[in-house]
This record gives sequence, C-alpha cells and structure tokens, in this order.
Amino acid sequence: MDFGVIERNWNFLLVQGLIGLGNFAGGTLRLAVPAMLLGFLLGLFVGLGRLAKSRWISTPATVYVELFRGVPLVMVIFWFWFILPRALGVALPEYGVALAAFVIFEGAYLGEIVRAGIQSVPRGQVEAAASTGLGTAQTMRSVVLPQALRNMIPALVTQFIVLFKDTSLASIIGYLDLTKAAQIVNNREIRPFELYLFIAVVYWLCAYGMSRYAGYLEKRLATA
Amino acid sequence: MTYQFDWSVLLSAQARQWLLQGVATTLAISALAWLIALALGILAGALRSLKFAPLRMVAAAYVEFFRNVPLLVWMFFWYFAVPPLLPQPVQDWLYDHGAEFAAGTAALGVYHGARFSEMIRAGIQAIPKTQLEAALSTGLSTAQAFRLVILPIALRLIVPPLTNETLNLLKNSSVALTIGVAELTFQTRQIETYTARAFEALTAGTLIYLILCLTIARVMARVERRFAIPGMVGSVETEH
Repeated sequence: MDFGVIERNWNFLLVQGLIGLGNFAGGTLRLAVPAMLLGFLLGLFVGLGRLAKSRWISTPATVYVELFRGVPLVMVIFWFWFILPRALGVALPEYGVALAAFVIFEGAYLGEIVRAGIQSVPRGQVEAAASTGLGTAQTMRSVVLPQALRNMIPALVTQFIVLFKDTSLASIIGYLDLTKAAQIVNNREIRPFELYLFIAVVYWLCAYGMSRYAGYLEKRLATA
Repeated sequence: MTYQFDWSVLLSAQARQWLLQGVATTLAISALAWLIALALGILAGALRSLKFAPLRMVAAAYVEFFRNVPLLVWMFFWYFAVPPLLPQPVQDWLYDHGAEFAAGTAALGVYHGARFSEMIRAGIQAIPKTQLEAALSTGLSTAQAFRLVILPIALRLIVPPLTNETLNLLKNSSVALTIGVAELTFQTRQIETYTARAFEALTAGTLIYLILCLTIARVMARVERRFAIPGMVGSVETEH
C-alpha cells in the first residue's frame, strides 16, 4: 500500500479530473452541471409534450422517453460518438459528444420527473386559474409550473446524483473525468487499489452529501 | 448525408455468432448478478429493519457506500484492485477462468444489491408493525418471523419496483465491457470495428436491448399479477 500516489497526483485527480480546470478539456463537474441544466430544459419540453392533448405531440414525446429509457447509457454514448460527427460533418471533441449524449439521455428521465411534478399539482388549481381568466399557457407558466417545480426539487437532486455518477461513463470515449484521470495515473504508477479506492471515496463524498441534502429538502417541503 | 446503408453486414455468420454470444453473455452476467443482488438486498433490507443497532449500521454502511459510487468505478475496483489482494492460487485460478466475468458479476451484483435492499426495506416498512408482533406472539423467533411472514409479504409488494431495478441491472451490465466482458455492447462494437458499419451495428444492439427489456417487463407484469396481494392498492386492477 502506498497512498503517496494520491498526494503526488492530487491536482491532476481533483482539479483536472473532478472539477475540470487545467491543461485538458475535461472534468466530471464540467460535464455534469451543464448536462443537468440543459437536460432539464429539454425535460421541461418533454414532460409538457407527454401531457399534451394533441397526439402529434404526446406520441413522439412518449416514444422518445421509452426509447432512451430502454437502452443502456453506454450504448447511447457510442451512438453519439460514431454518428454525431458523421451527421454534422465535423469532427467533435469528446466534450461535445459526451455533453450531447448526456443531455439527450437525461432529457428522457428528467421529462418523466417533470411530468410527475406537473401531475402532482391538484386539478383544482388549474380550474381556479381558468376561472380567473388565465389562458392555458398562462395557467401553466404562472400557476402550475411554479408549484410543480417545488414538488420536483427532491427528485431533481436525486437525478443529479445519478447523472453525476453516470458521467464516469464518458471516460470510455476518452473524456478526461475523475475516472479517466485515475486510469491515467494507474497506467503510470500501477496502484489500482489506492487509486480506485480514492476516487470511490471522492464520488461517495459528493453523492452522499447531495443525497443527504435531498433528504433534508424532502423533509422541509413535506412540512411546509 | 450520403451514407450507403448495408444491413447485410449483420447477416454474416460471423456477425450473427457475435451477437448471439453477446446476448448470451449479457443474460448470463445479468442473471448471476441478479441472484447476488437479490440475496444481498434481502439480507441488507431485513437487517436494516431490525431493532439491533450494530447490524442495522453495518447494513446501512454497505448500502450507502456502494450505491453512491459509480458502477464503472466498482468494475475497475473489482477487476484491477481486488484480485492482487487474493492468495496466489486463487488469483491463478481466476485468471485461468475468466476473471473479467467474475469481477463484472461481483461488481454488478454487489452494486445492485445495495439498490435492491432499499426497495426491500421500503417493502418491509409498508407492512404494518402488528404483523411482526403477531408473528412473534405466536412463538416464532425473529428470524422465523422474517422468513415465514414478513419477507414473503414484502417481496410480493415490491414486484413493480423490482421490475424497474431488474431492467436497470440488465442495462448496466453493458458497463462490464470496460473490463473486457464480451457482452452485447462489446460485440456490437466488435462488429463496428470489423465492418466499419457503425450505424447498422449500433441499430442491431439497440434493438436487441429494447426487445430484452420489453420481454422482461412482460414477464414481470405476469409475475406481478400472479403474486399481487388481493385487496392491496397495487392489485386493484386485477381483482375484477
């Protein structure tokens, strides 16, 4: 056992690998945070689309959700890795491919959270809003969504934890995240036990911290 | 986009053999890991429902540690870090008999065991406390009460979330390609490598995953109907 390997590569593992600051385009958080924000925007449209009265909107949204939820993320990443550069006709860096794959993949899961959040708002709210003279779009924007968002918060934090852990899979197309950083150091120093245990602890600290926070939010929302 | 599709690459004897082997390996690793996960899940889920704090804490530590770390990291851990810690004869045997498959199964099973246990714990908590008290008052020991009364009810209650987690496990088995397990995604990539036909190969792999998922969902829906407890909310639809 030689945990000095962690100390010697501290900056590379954490500043470059986890956060994404350094000489290389990479970073677990630099991928996870934008993927979550963009994925949520997409999820908002998907969730609304699934609840739309028109079949021309709800059917494609449902197919999209069921398709991406029925396929492994690894497969989705390979799809984007092979197809996206060809479809766009330009070479894409790993970051672009990974971000696109995660946004589209998470959009399906976040869409379901949005849908559940909207459905958790009592029907009476919609009727009350309509009776005050608000239109459908206004009702959605000013009455339903603000309440739905509040109900979604714990599920959104949980989904972010899942996404945060899943970004480790971006390393299979060469994206330099925390897992890839550990792999690179391991190739040089051959200290698998120390390195993989260390990144397990780092992932754990982040994910467990966030899950405690989600639990706290859930309690606070339940009593409010 | 001027891409000439050539679906015939999927029909060659070689490609079909790879895909079949991939499906077989995916099903084998998923089934073995599922059994490990269910056993660990039941054990940890039951321990977390006990009054005895030390056992509860051991189970909680297992669950919280394993489910909050990415599966990929566990794959690397079980494959690269664990074998060197084992005695030499065990190591030799493992490397002769497919250490990738063993490590992949362990990683998948232990990781999902932590997730299964949360579900099983929820199932146990959904059972009124009086059931356990009634079982104990008839003279059963705690272990007997769990084995004969609490767990059979809890397992029947959790069939719907179990379906979801089973599908997650199947999909997550694709992560094992990172340590060289020749499962379905691995074989899909192999076809891509040999034929340079990414679109066709990935389509085949994706469709097979969708079919596997739909089939399992179908089977589990039957299991759900078969084992639904009459009178419970989840079984309302099947009563008529």
